Amino acid sequence: MKKEWPLWEVFVRSKNGLEHRHFGSLHAADAEMAMANARDVYTRRNEGVSIWVVESKHIVASNPENNGELFEPAKDKAYRHPTFYDLPDDVKHM
Amino acid sequence: MSEAQIKSLEDQFEARIARDEKIEPKDWMPEKYRQTHIRQMSQHAHSEVVGMLPEGNWITRAPSLRRKVALLAKVQDEGGHGLYLYSAAETLGITRDEMYEQLHSGKAKYSSIFNYPAITWADIGAIGWLVDGAAIINQVALCGASFGPYARAMVRICKEESFHQRQGYEIMLTLTRGTQEQKAMAQDALNRWWWPSLMMFGPRDDESPNTAQSVKWKLKRKTNDELRQQFIDQTVPQAELIGLTVPDKDLQWDEEKNRYNFGKIDWDEFWQVVKGHGPCNTERMTARVSAWENGQWVRDAAIAHADKKSKELNKAV
Repeated sequence: MKKEWPLWEVFVRSKNGLEHRHFGSLHAADAEMAMANARDVYTRRNEGVSIWVVESKHIVASNPENNGELFEPAKDKAYRHPTFYDLPDDVKHM
Repeated sequence: MSEAQIKSLEDQFEARIARDEKIEPKDWMPEKYRQTHIRQMSQHAHSEVVGMLPEGNWITRAPSLRRKVALLAKVQDEGGHGLYLYSAAETLGITRDEMYEQLHSGKAKYSSIFNYPAITWADIGAIGWLVDGAAIINQVALCGASFGPYARAMVRICKEESFHQRQGYEIMLTLTRGTQEQKAMAQDALNRWWWPSLMMFGPRDDESPNTAQSVKWKLKRKTNDELRQQFIDQTVPQAELIGLTVPDKDLQWDEEKNRYNFGKIDWDEFWQVVKGHGPCNTERMTARVSAWENGQWVRDAAIAHADKKSKELNKAV
């Protein structure tokens, strides 16, 4: 039959209070196996308290070729940052 | 794309690497960068996987439960490290099956060291101490590699692997404190593994044509000879500390250069093993291919089961 198991992405929350973070990927026939493999491959040393697995094909990624139009516009908007505003040095609690 | 456009992209790419920027899978990259990375990462992955074979034989023969759980954990790590590296290579557009096919057909290489046999328990100590020690030196240098997925896999692997070397050294230490026979066994293992471990860093710099390009791309942060020297300088005192003798009559501390001078490496042996004539090349590949072929029905059954379940789910909706 020769069909490769699909690719899954693994996200792990290292402890409560932190977000799930991308840890890596693996192959598995279905979600249940992806979860079991994720546990064995990525959490052998208490790295996590929660795992998400999602089939890689469901992830929509931006294309680096579009980085200009996507991310450049934010660069000249210094007024979105607190340091843009000139205030006297002795003003407190601001 | 015109030649001038490609040239300009290549210049930008080289500049990014020179600035220590990381390259991620979807970024533009020269085709040679992609191919070189696929080759090196997949060979690295294959080495992890084949590296399980010499040790696997000793899991059921470990002398105590403590040694057994440690070896089992080490071998399991190696399987995991192979998986991290295969995944990293897959981001460059090669499939897992293609990589296995290259390994099984002999097109892709793996570290020659695993073509030597592990004939006594002391070999398990020597492998952890020397082979993992050498691998760690290589891999620490690779944590700063320019290709993001490779560098990230290396960081994880280095974190996990330091116990591998320590457990190996502890095995050697225990043997050297044991009976005369046990001490002799440890020395014998060092005698057999020392030179192949030095060869793990690859050919001498003046005979390694790809080194310059790999250093430029930060696929290598140090040259083969630099890494080999580092390994020798840190390993010789470790041997002395437990009363073992490094099997090199030319080994000598060089006060002026602040490093060890060492004897001539038998590169003919290295190339013989690389070309497939080592003591265990055939045995290793036979084991791999048979595991792959005999597992085919399991992989097929898992996919068939998953397909059936998802069809049932769709019908229910």
